[in-house]
Amino acid sequence: MKRVGSVCAMLLWASSTVAAEPVDFKRDIQPLLVKHCYECHGPVKQEAGLRLDQRDPAFKGGDVGNTIVAGKSGESVILQALTGASEAVSRMPLDRDPLPSEQIELVRRWIDEGATWPADEPGEQQDKRRDHWAFKTPVRPSVPAVKNEAWPRGDVDRFILAKLEAEGLSPSSEADRITLLRRLSLDLIGLPPTIAEVDAFLADETPQAYEKQVERLLASPHYGERWGRHWLDAARYADSDGFEKDKSRAMWLYRDWVVGALNRDLPYNQFLVEQLAGDQLPGATQDQIVATGFLRNSMLNEEGGIDPEQFRMEAMFDRMDALGKSMLGLTIQCAQCHDHKYDPLTQADYYRLMAFLNNDHEAQPTVYGPEGLAKCQQLLGEMNRIEMGLKEATPDWQSRMAAWEASAAGNQPEWHVLQPTTHVDTGGGAKLSLLADQSMLCAGYAPTHCTFRVEGTTPLKTITGLRLELLTDPNLPHGGPGRSYKGTAALTQINVEAQAADGSGKLEGQKIAAASADFEQTETPLEAVFDDRSGKKRVVGPVSFAIDDKNETAWGIDAGPGRRNQARKAVFRFEKPIAFDAGVKLAVSLAQNHGGWNSDDHQNNLLGRMRVSVTDASEPAADPLPAHVRKIISIPAGERTPEQVATVFSYWRTTVAEWKDANDQIESLWRQWPEGSTSLVLASRDNARETRMLKRGDFLKPGDPVTAGVPEVLHDLPADAQPTRLSLARWLVDPASPTTARVMVNRVWQAYFGTGIVSTSEDLGVQSETPSHGELLDWLACELMDSGWSLKQLHRTIVQSATYRQSSNVSPELAERDPYNRLLARGPRFRVEGEIVRDVALAASGLLNPKLGGESIYAPIPESLLALSYAPLTWNEERGPNRYRRALYTFRRRSLPYPMLQNFDTPNGDFSCVRRQRSDTPLQALTTLNEVIFTECARALAQRTLAEAPADDPQRIAHAFRLCVSRTPSDVECQTLLDLLGKQRERIAEGWLNVREIATGENALPGKLPQGATPADLAAYTVVARVILNLDETITKP
Amino acid sequence: MNDRQNVQQQFNRRWFLEQCGVGLGSIALGSLLGNGALAAPVAADPLAPKQPHHTPRAKHVIFLFQAGAPSHLELFDNKPELAKLDGKLPPAELIEGYRAAFINPNSTLLGPKFKFARHGQSGAEISELLPHLAEVVDDVAIVKSLVTDAFNHAPGQIMMNTGSQQFGRPSFGAWTTYGLGSESRDLPGFVVLNSAKKGTSGGASNWGCGFLPTVYQGVPLRSQGDPVLFLSNPPGIDAQSQRESLDALATLNKMRLDAVGDPEIATRINSFELAYKMQTSAPDLMDISRETPETLAMYGAEPGKPSYANNCLLARRLVERGVRFVQLFHEAWDHHGGLTNGLKEQTALTDKPSAALIKDLKQRGLLNDTIVIWGGEFGRTPMVQGGNDGRDHHPNAFTMWMAGGGIKPGITLGETDPFGFNVTGDKVHVHDLHATLLHLLGFDHTKLTYRFQGRDFRLTDVHGRVVEKLLG
Repeated sequence: MKRVGSVCAMLLWASSTVAAEPVDFKRDIQPLLVKHCYECHGPVKQEAGLRLDQRDPAFKGGDVGNTIVAGKSGESVILQALTGASEAVSRMPLDRDPLPSEQIELVRRWIDEGATWPADEPGEQQDKRRDHWAFKTPVRPSVPAVKNEAWPRGDVDRFILAKLEAEGLSPSSEADRITLLRRLSLDLIGLPPTIAEVDAFLADETPQAYEKQVERLLASPHYGERWGRHWLDAARYADSDGFEKDKSRAMWLYRDWVVGALNRDLPYNQFLVEQLAGDQLPGATQDQIVATGFLRNSMLNEEGGIDPEQFRMEAMFDRMDALGKSMLGLTIQCAQCHDHKYDPLTQADYYRLMAFLNNDHEAQPTVYGPEGLAKCQQLLGEMNRIEMGLKEATPDWQSRMAAWEASAAGNQPEWHVLQPTTHVDTGGGAKLSLLADQSMLCAGYAPTHCTFRVEGTTPLKTITGLRLELLTDPNLPHGGPGRSYKGTAALTQINVEAQAADGSGKLEGQKIAAASADFEQTETPLEAVFDDRSGKKRVVGPVSFAIDDKNETAWGIDAGPGRRNQARKAVFRFEKPIAFDAGVKLAVSLAQNHGGWNSDDHQNNLLGRMRVSVTDASEPAADPLPAHVRKIISIPAGERTPEQVATVFSYWRTTVAEWKDANDQIESLWRQWPEGSTSLVLASRDNARETRMLKRGDFLKPGDPVTAGVPEVLHDLPADAQPTRLSLARWLVDPASPTTARVMVNRVWQAYFGTGIVSTSEDLGVQSETPSHGELLDWLACELMDSGWSLKQLHRTIVQSATYRQSSNVSPELAERDPYNRLLARGPRFRVEGEIVRDVALAASGLLNPKLGGESIYAPIPESLLALSYAPLTWNEERGPNRYRRALYTFRRRSLPYPMLQNFDTPNGDFSCVRRQRSDTPLQALTTLNEVIFTECARALAQRTLAEAPADDPQRIAHAFRLCVSRTPSDVECQTLLDLLGKQRERIAEGWLNVREIATGENALPGKLPQGATPADLAAYTVVARVILNLDETITKP
Repeated sequence: MNDRQNVQQQFNRRWFLEQCGVGLGSIALGSLLGNGALAAPVAADPLAPKQPHHTPRAKHVIFLFQAGAPSHLELFDNKPELAKLDGKLPPAELIEGYRAAFINPNSTLLGPKFKFARHGQSGAEISELLPHLAEVVDDVAIVKSLVTDAFNHAPGQIMMNTGSQQFGRPSFGAWTTYGLGSESRDLPGFVVLNSAKKGTSGGASNWGCGFLPTVYQGVPLRSQGDPVLFLSNPPGIDAQSQRESLDALATLNKMRLDAVGDPEIATRINSFELAYKMQTSAPDLMDISRETPETLAMYGAEPGKPSYANNCLLARRLVERGVRFVQLFHEAWDHHGGLTNGLKEQTALTDKPSAALIKDLKQRGLLNDTIVIWGGEFGRTPMVQGGNDGRDHHPNAFTMWMAGGGIKPGITLGETDPFGFNVTGDKVHVHDLHATLLHLLGFDHTKLTYRFQGRDFRLTDVHGRVVEKLLG
């Protein structure tokens, strides 16, 4: 594929300089040096001894000498190098395309005019790269004057027209109404207009007819789906983890958040703040927390034998990349290993920026969809009412509760936390890391069967019992305490060995006499998801199951939705006290064999975070009080918050016998609690991680520590800013930001016109392509900010312009003059994005299920593709209405991209993508011809046509045609399709074609036929419908 | 060809009729590898053959990727010392700072499980597990000194196939097709074949196009059902109906082209014609029943029974048809346990067909310009995992072999220490391997670049050197 930048650059350059005017070094020459020369002859490197970022060294020249000879371009080596005329010096820039001849000509003129290179003003910065336009806050430019005052509908058009006029070009006429509505509809909601919508627009003779359509479409909930998909590319959204296991993950609430935020026109600055730091906003809502999934969309490796910290750092790099491309518009990831080669960004800048993001838990809390959330609120309300009732009916409840507290306080023995010296998964794979409180957190690989072994010594001379705490942790599913998909765990067996702490003697097994726990399930068959295909009956139940030496029984801690994700503890009392004068060395084995058969899926039932303590108290047993209640009652009563008092009450009331009825009522309400989902989000850590520079980006080679900060070349961070993500987010959306608004308006422009004003939409830095309309970019950026960051307003501004409304027809002359339509002397025309290719077919055929939101759906996928998966994979193909949901909702598995979408250039979420490829390949043709949904669409379109159109072939064909491309076919187009129809009918009549197969996809008669239609009609029309669905025009924005 | 000419050519409405489908003239690489970052309109056939930087020795690549990482210590790198040290702990200095995936590095050493012998005129040392490779060993270069950066499967496979542990980079096959185009007009330029019971750890990224245009991505061919996804017409649409449909489609698209003038329509018309051709050529390609019984026997291939052997034979048929890059994936070598039987089983499936491919290419005169590469993502530890029949992942030293296309035949390159743990001579990093292979394909690996996000990316990142000793 030919990828050309120079044609446009040339046109731009030609227009920006007037021949007679002398060359100005700062305006004309220095930007060329910055862009093309500094990498090798700048502040960082001076290849061949040549330095071109300062005047004196530049004139002194490099090893060859005579770099710039004022007044004598012929003798100046720099010019020879640019033209490739020198024997001594290679053509420059080395290994790159030569500069356009216009630019070389500028350099020649500059030298011949005397090579004036003004000295820097005092205080002027030395690094000329900082002068690059994108590092300066956009300022609203004045709108240019134009000759043709009749054409512009708004200021956008004046910028476009001024340039066209300078080029001697004229804009195209306005497109016809059908084309306009189709373009508008595909652009704003990603669906074609219906025939009724087209007719209504054609019939609307009011002057505001077009604007009404704009408002109708902007108000459609499908607007958020269409534009949300763009953001999801940038957010590298996917429904699976990536890497070998590539487990499914629940991120659909984040996807729905994006769609919803756009639909309610959440201001773009707030849109960014919530995604970077929604959890840190005061009174953060679930929505705002879910929004931080933007950062969590990174891939996650849970392959056996990985080091979790290595891949946490990989995810950090990925987040920086996403932040850089999608929000900052700078290739900051280039500074991960070394100072940026082109932009004035240092490696320290990179790690200082990362320090804002590096202080979080990789959290996955319980979240609820809209219905679940409402149900939770309702249940909590009812529980509160019952509790209020109890309190009202019992005026002395406070003193009674205090008395109960007094009896409970101090009734627990002293527990000594065992400091682990060894803590491993002996089964191999899962990684345990030791936290500051001596608990161990399990991460990485999650096998379904394994045994943790924890060893440690205690100075206690006698041990009567051992306490195993299962602790919650934000990094565990639903907060834990287990690693199962519910955050639960099952302990199959605990075994304890002991020896003297000095190592004398041998480790000997210790018999456990009794086990107690603060929560234990009644005996329950293991859930189907944990079936290990052994055929054995496996159960979870009371904690005694953990000491019964049976591999089929385990201690279970699933207290049901809403209550299962809290810390639990079990205490194991030894038959005989363990006694060694030197203290005791303990080895605790925790067997966890209650997972399923497939360690590549969510079938583990592992402990997530655990801590071991020992005591020498007699008859140790588990504290019945939940840990969080125990913790509150240790706080002096006067210092507790109302919430803490309520928490204690909620526990205490369960111990009050006379409240049995109320307790039973609340218990039954808990049993109605909905199952939540998880969503990957960020949660701040209490203890800040230290961020260090990494040598060559290698996490094993940490360098100097850095503090959080922003790149020096960009606007300042407020002096009092805390080192939080919220500070970073607010800094990012500061109106002083040089790039934030520009990046977004540029990407929106790109979506409409195929190419951004800056074609390198991920990079506005020094190496970016010269903007085609730099002032328009700044104007739009200021408009966005001044409108209160309203994206819908930005869309209005663009789609209401005369520029947008031009016909996209192209003459050979114009195609040659401006092949990429950068000057916009015509409207945009290109193939729609992959998702829309499918959505158009679904909409035209009437199959589309327009339902919004919810979990991703398993659209049909070829069986043979599943064999390409490493991990055994269940793909429950949708057979119901979900089958025909918009492509936005198709489950996106990273290692197995959905083939229809992949063929149409849809990114799979491995990394942030702000600019899709747009290819045209035979595989695309095969997809729209033969993929199962498309063939179902062809049959449905035939059905629909026969049902909706009058029983007349030309009218039927016109109807099908309009459903697909909005316009009525010309006579000759209609005749072509009639001929095709006729040929099919003929061959059907002669018995050559299998009517049943064509009409139904199988050897069956069509179930329901439109009135007056025969199976043969349906088959013949299916062939015709397939052709119409495959027209270039059907999948093209006109 | 300059930009203007190119654009003109695109626009010429007759161009697609005249030029497509028959041998396109070579387009100079320079015009392809420009710096432009524009989202260009769909341009003149991106798969047209192109001239690389220098005269290539090889025109095709067949990469027999042994995913899961076969044990070099049982197959190629004979370590009698290791046998003697079986059951002993490794020297402390050997494992200092060493990170292992699963085992404690301080695990006992495990002696090689199989016998070795020297073969051919070159006297290359090969395990008894590979009797067929032994027959062609004089055509092969064995490299015992491969080194990689990753020791987990998915990152390791991505490293071997894209030159980076980070997902999202173009694969070797994609780079090759981008640089050279394809000589096949009706098959994809880069084809992927999969055997074994499951897919690869690295997934589709192993043959992805990264940021290169989608057309350079590897296309999996399937042994059962449609060889290419969506190749078959919908039920009931027969050949004549299909032709009539496509004729109507082309007629209507041409009318639209005339009406609106958008040259992209011409490209789409062409795509449909190529798709139609592929509907014939792909099944024809997959039909190995037309091979002689002798050929089938040589590979151990059986029509209708998908296997690594069938895929090796298909690789030859693909190369014969001008496909640029063929990659087989066989995910079966991750022997943390069951090493002995696992290797017996996998070599029984793969040794004969791999060797047959060399013989077959040679007898047909195709080996001269086809590079065949065999190997996995890393090697395995000399230390035992589990009981006494498994090895962990090991990135510091492993073996690959290659043949044809300008590779020096009959040599063994590189040495490792007595444990097969570290390379002691002629180290070949994955980047060096890529640089060397690109060299044989006619490229200076530092100049085969693609501008993305303000940076010129390469298969070899900022590394790589051509291993001169491997050049024939």
